[in-house]
Amino acid sequence: MLAWTIYLSFAGALAEALLPKGKNSLARWLALAIAVAGLALAVGGFAAGMGQGRVIIVDLPWVPSMGIHYLLAADGISRVLVLLTGLAAVAGVLFSWNVEVRTNEFFAFYFALIGGVYGVFLSFDLFLLFVFYEVAIVPKYFLIAIWGSTRREYGAMKLALYSFVGSAMVLIGLLAAYTTSGSHSTSLIDLAHAGLPASFQMWCFPLVFTGFAILAGMWPFHTWAPTGHVAAPTAASMLLAGVVMKLGAYGCLRAGIWLFPHGLDPWGFSFIGIGSWRDVFALLAVIGIVYGALVALAQTDFKFVIGYSSVSHMGFVLLGLMTLNQIGVTGAVLQMFSHGIIAGLLFAIVGRIVYDRTHTRQFADLETMHLAKRLPFAAWAFVIAGMASMGLPGFSGFVAELQVLIGAWMVKPWWTIAAGVGIVVGVAYTWRALQKAFFSDALPSAHFLEHEHDPEHELAAITWPEVTGVAMLAGVSLFVGLYPRILLDAIEPAVKALLAGGGQ
Amino acid sequence: MNYTDLFRATLPETALEIAALLVLIVDLGLLRKSALKMRVTIAALLGVAGCGAALWALQIQGNAGLGYGTTGEFTLLGAGTYIAVAQTGILVLTALTLLLLIDSVFTRNAGEYVAVVLMAAAGGLLIAAAQDLLVIFIGLELLSLGLYILTAFAKSSGKSAEAAMKYYLFGGMAAAFLLFGFSYLYGITGSTNLHQILLAVYGWNAYHAAPLLYVAIVLIAAGLGFKVAAVPFHLWAPDTYEGAPAPAAAFIASVSKVASFALLISISTAALHVFDGRHLAAYVSAQVIPPGTPRPPVYLGFNIPWMLILTVLSAASMVLGNLAALAQISVRRLLAYSAIAHAGYILLGLAFFSYSDVSTNAILYYILTYGLTTIGAFGVVSVVERATGSDRLDAFLGLHKRNPLLAAVLLVFFLSLAGIPPLVGFWAKFNLFAAVLGVSAGPIPFALVALAIAMSAVSLYYYLQVLKRAYVMPAINESPIRAHPVTLIVLLGIAAAVVLMGCFPALLQGWIASFYPQL
Repeated sequence: MLAWTIYLSFAGALAEALLPKGKNSLARWLALAIAVAGLALAVGGFAAGMGQGRVIIVDLPWVPSMGIHYLLAADGISRVLVLLTGLAAVAGVLFSWNVEVRTNEFFAFYFALIGGVYGVFLSFDLFLLFVFYEVAIVPKYFLIAIWGSTRREYGAMKLALYSFVGSAMVLIGLLAAYTTSGSHSTSLIDLAHAGLPASFQMWCFPLVFTGFAILAGMWPFHTWAPTGHVAAPTAASMLLAGVVMKLGAYGCLRAGIWLFPHGLDPWGFSFIGIGSWRDVFALLAVIGIVYGALVALAQTDFKFVIGYSSVSHMGFVLLGLMTLNQIGVTGAVLQMFSHGIIAGLLFAIVGRIVYDRTHTRQFADLETMHLAKRLPFAAWAFVIAGMASMGLPGFSGFVAELQVLIGAWMVKPWWTIAAGVGIVVGVAYTWRALQKAFFSDALPSAHFLEHEHDPEHELAAITWPEVTGVAMLAGVSLFVGLYPRILLDAIEPAVKALLAGGGQ
Repeated sequence: MNYTDLFRATLPETALEIAALLVLIVDLGLLRKSALKMRVTIAALLGVAGCGAALWALQIQGNAGLGYGTTGEFTLLGAGTYIAVAQTGILVLTALTLLLLIDSVFTRNAGEYVAVVLMAAAGGLLIAAAQDLLVIFIGLELLSLGLYILTAFAKSSGKSAEAAMKYYLFGGMAAAFLLFGFSYLYGITGSTNLHQILLAVYGWNAYHAAPLLYVAIVLIAAGLGFKVAAVPFHLWAPDTYEGAPAPAAAFIASVSKVASFALLISISTAALHVFDGRHLAAYVSAQVIPPGTPRPPVYLGFNIPWMLILTVLSAASMVLGNLAALAQISVRRLLAYSAIAHAGYILLGLAFFSYSDVSTNAILYYILTYGLTTIGAFGVVSVVERATGSDRLDAFLGLHKRNPLLAAVLLVFFLSLAGIPPLVGFWAKFNLFAAVLGVSAGPIPFALVALAIAMSAVSLYYYLQVLKRAYVMPAINESPIRAHPVTLIVLLGIAAAVVLMGCFPALLQGWIASFYPQL
């Protein structure tokens, strides 16, 4: 059933591309139908897979001479992330309800991206995974470059090149792994059993991990993320932060840690406390958490705050992966889900609900607009999203980050302490953004006062897709926060199997 | 060897030549009063039919090569296996470039154009099969002379004449180098047969003429490096691609490349298979080193210098081709530099060449799909050029509004050239690099493959520059661009093939493998 999410999305992309121009409303409803159907399949697949381990969906020889399989499978991690993609896809369509320019093309690129994302999460063949991973790059470029805002061509090109360089690193590593293993199969399951030499893993792991981590926004390769997010149209930034960054983190876990477990072994010597690749990447993750949060604190553009907060939150995912213990990695996967939902919500509020009405994201301008009075819905939605983002108990972020921190404490307490600083700063920047954007009582400009009662100066009313989208995302975050077991039951066995090496 | 054998072995070439003469007769004899449009169409269709006939001849010919000597052990023209694949590719690609002609207006001499194309293609078939220095040289000249004429065919365009002159001067020089290198080889080894030469390289005479042998290898690499536009012998490519009429440029970029790489495959294969059983007959006639002969201190033979020089050409082409393409504002020049970069990737496959046919197949896969994609790219460029009068990047502004179908196929071609899956260009690169690493997993081939992959990441930037104009930037002029239905069908067919072969990469691999005898 899960495999149909992929086919449905690509078929949807094709259908949207062939739709006659000018039928915007039809394109929108078709997109919503495709996204909802995808979500239904994802939910169905998640429910059906409850309590099951890894299930192979399709296994066909694809390039027999090289041992490449068309191998789709799902374990608990995949099912959770597919569910996330389904939710993000529906929310993205709801928040792009006001796209009027080249609407059908917008949704065509949108579903090509979604199809690639579903594909990555379900691939259990290294090259199939890579193919889907690259399929997701190109639509991102066009989504941002055509429908984006601030410095969109720059942001789009930067994003595309960073992604492509990352995937080039991955490809080099994968080719090396393929030729070294000699197992003549590229199935991840076979490769994980191939027993690659430890010395090979030692240099191949950082290559593949860094390649994927570029897309996960690892410091210092994160700079595409803020510019890309800010330049992207709302739905694209929701997807970028919501699922595309997770592609990177998922690749780190699935291809990096699973295939090259010995790449994380100690080097045998240590330099200023760093004695393995694990220490290196954990350090980078912690720097990312703190740095992202501090930079977010200094932004004057509302969307940049959210963009840098994504870097900070993705740091938790990478830190969780580097703990290599059950609770830390489980927390990392849950954080992928949680951040996907919360970042989507934040970008929706900033990009769609606020920016599309005020046409500015500068705090200096927003301060004079008294948005808490004029757009109470946006203000309260942001209060909820902000609380979720800060990691308040009761929201999904709390459970996830707590697990990561506990896992990190078990390895090296100072990781937890440093990451804790990041959380405190996170509260500060969320608070600051909330105050400046919505609850400031700065005096309005003279120009504003003059036109205060002009009917055309009124902010447009909140529409039903916005309400639905906010309710859905906030509801999911709250539900998972209150009842995390629903996801943890799927994630924990899969993580256990993955950390044990070859799998079940 | 008798005339029956000769006729049989050159059946496809003969078919092409007959078709060329037929086109001339029909065009100059029967259609003198007809409209130009009609004459172009008929000439192109006759040419395509000629390619079809040659394909048929190729089928009939089967594995019949041509050799001389008592048991025919000295091959003149090979047949079957990779040669048949390359020849089939040459004929199909030629037919496609001829179909692009139907929509062209650069010449009034349609018959002559088609005839020259067919004769050049016959030269291509010859060098793909040639296993003897003389046949190689004749084939190369037949191909090259055709290409010079085709480049100059737009008689009213100064650019075309300039491009042809540059191409001709460089080409003449390269041919001279090549012939000079051949003469050294003959002098050292006393034979013009490729296999015999390579065997004799391990013989007595060659040991004492080692420096001459190296000089010969360098000269030959220069001559052939020119044909495939490898740095530093690439200078002709940007000018020729820019000045030549679009169908001629497509022909140069695809057919001529396929033929030249097939020749390089022949040389590399022969070099590796020197001591195979099938050459033992030749071995008897080679001079064996008498015992006690003093050997030169270091003797590298043929393979090591050949591999070294190909590696250098490859690395230089990848780097320079990709970096120079970044700065181009003319799409044709951009395609030329990208062709140089692609030649660099393929040369890497030739430098680290496998004894089994893995490398051969990977190179054929690459060059055939590359040729196909390039023809498509030139097809789009020619349509845009006719509508806007320019091949500048800005001519592509707003293409998605002016002709959505054309923009979509352009997207497919350029992304495939950049190596984005699931298009065929990705698999071509992947096969090739996997073959290189399969030959040798040492740090040097690995570093070169890493360089190649890094460079293809660079290449995405300039391909996106064109696509950005087609899809993202606002149009200056929104009037629709019309393409001739035949051109559109050809382009759509190529795009469909690029997508299909990308989604089912085993199809083409299976087709190439079907030319090899089943074990």
